Amino acid sequence: MAEEVKLLKTWSSPFGLRAFWILKLKGVQFDFIDEDLSNKSPLLLQSNPVYKKVPVLIHNGKPISESLVILEYVDETWKQNPLLPEDPYERARARFWAKFGDDKVLASIWNAFIKQGKEQEEAIGLAIETLKFLEEELKGKRFFGGEKIGLPDLALGWLANLIGVFEEVIGVKLIEKERFPLLSAWMQEFAEAPVIKESWPPHEKLVTKFRAIREPYVAAAAQPK
Amino acid sequence: MANEVVLLDFWPSMFGIRVRIALAEKGVKYEYKEEDLKNKSPLLLQMNPVHKKIPVLIHNGRPFCESPIIVQYIDEVWKDKAPLLPSDPYQRAQARFWVDFIDKKMYDSLRKTWTTKGEEQEAAKKEFFEVLKTLEGQLGDKPFFGGDNFGYVDLSLIPFYCWFYTYETCGKFNVEAECPKFIAWVKRCLQRETVAKALPDGKKVFEFVSAMRTNLGLE
Repeated sequence: MAEEVKLLKTWSSPFGLRAFWILKLKGVQFDFIDEDLSNKSPLLLQSNPVYKKVPVLIHNGKPISESLVILEYVDETWKQNPLLPEDPYERARARFWAKFGDDKVLASIWNAFIKQGKEQEEAIGLAIETLKFLEEELKGKRFFGGEKIGLPDLALGWLANLIGVFEEVIGVKLIEKERFPLLSAWMQEFAEAPVIKESWPPHEKLVTKFRAIREPYVAAAAQPK
Repeated sequence: MANEVVLLDFWPSMFGIRVRIALAEKGVKYEYKEEDLKNKSPLLLQMNPVHKKIPVLIHNGRPFCESPIIVQYIDEVWKDKAPLLPSDPYQRAQARFWVDFIDKKMYDSLRKTWTTKGEEQEAAKKEFFEVLKTLEGQLGDKPFFGGDNFGYVDLSLIPFYCWFYTYETCGKFNVEAECPKFIAWVKRCLQRETVAKALPDGKKVFEFVSAMRTNLGLE
């Protein structure tokens, strides 16, 4: 049977980008659809009835949702260029850092992005504390996956381009080279890796989008209490 | 090399119970260490410096944190007995999806049924029943979420049951009345010795929670 692989994502979603990356890195032939989230396609609603979100991978008609679940599925189904190591201990560590990225790093940076005034200062402090764990984890490693890109690199990869976008919008540097030399080096190396470097959404378009997302938070904070 | 397995845990933790069930299913001998969460041991802080939380599995000195990651590790290492995850990649993806769903949806809505009052509590109850209905839909006519066999999703969900007496009493609702299929599944799981032994008594959990609720000014 001919293999049919379809990816539902959006032009900007960092979660969709992860799925896009792994399919490209594995050399899988696939189609993708950039959804308009204000007008979700019947295919999306039908394929992910629980969350109605992107990304969704549809493999021979069968849908898989949640980006980290998609990454592991693709890694298990197309065995070339493995993303996860063989050793169970190393696999557990890879999963841990991928999850840490989503549960803690993303949440803390998002808070630093949307909060204002004193709350923002505190949020930035917390984000920096969280990022220190990543800096520590990179000691002696080129990527989180070791010598080559692994699951945690794809999971944390959004840092390599979105941090710059957030920093531009809020006017604060979150990842300073002096404080985070390893993380800064990783961001650069990841951003310029084959396949990854061809896939970044346009920077200016992202700045415009996230500036617009931040607007209501700024306006709310400016309201007299 | 000796196979040394230690579990840092807290008796009513549904996440810890998952690991206890997984180890029991695999017949793994281990040392259980009860943590006082108000006074965390140096071992816990050393083994889980990032989150400082239980459960932590320590296998031959190496730490594993986050219950879904621990359970998958157990399944990969002790692979000759009682497979917990399906062997088919698509089925595995579905199992991981549903455990992720449980972790995103069950804990927070349930916690609010005993830590809040009034409108907030009502909203939490509503959300909880929606989650259960979704899970019932996923279960369908199968005996277990894993199909014919008890598996990863079942193991990840059943520990919440020992908290049901607490939720029902604090929230004044009855799960069996609303979701009989769900309770039928619970009863099937409880027939397994590994599950029955791992789940603490619901009333004991309630006593523990009552003390906490008094401190929170809710009683």
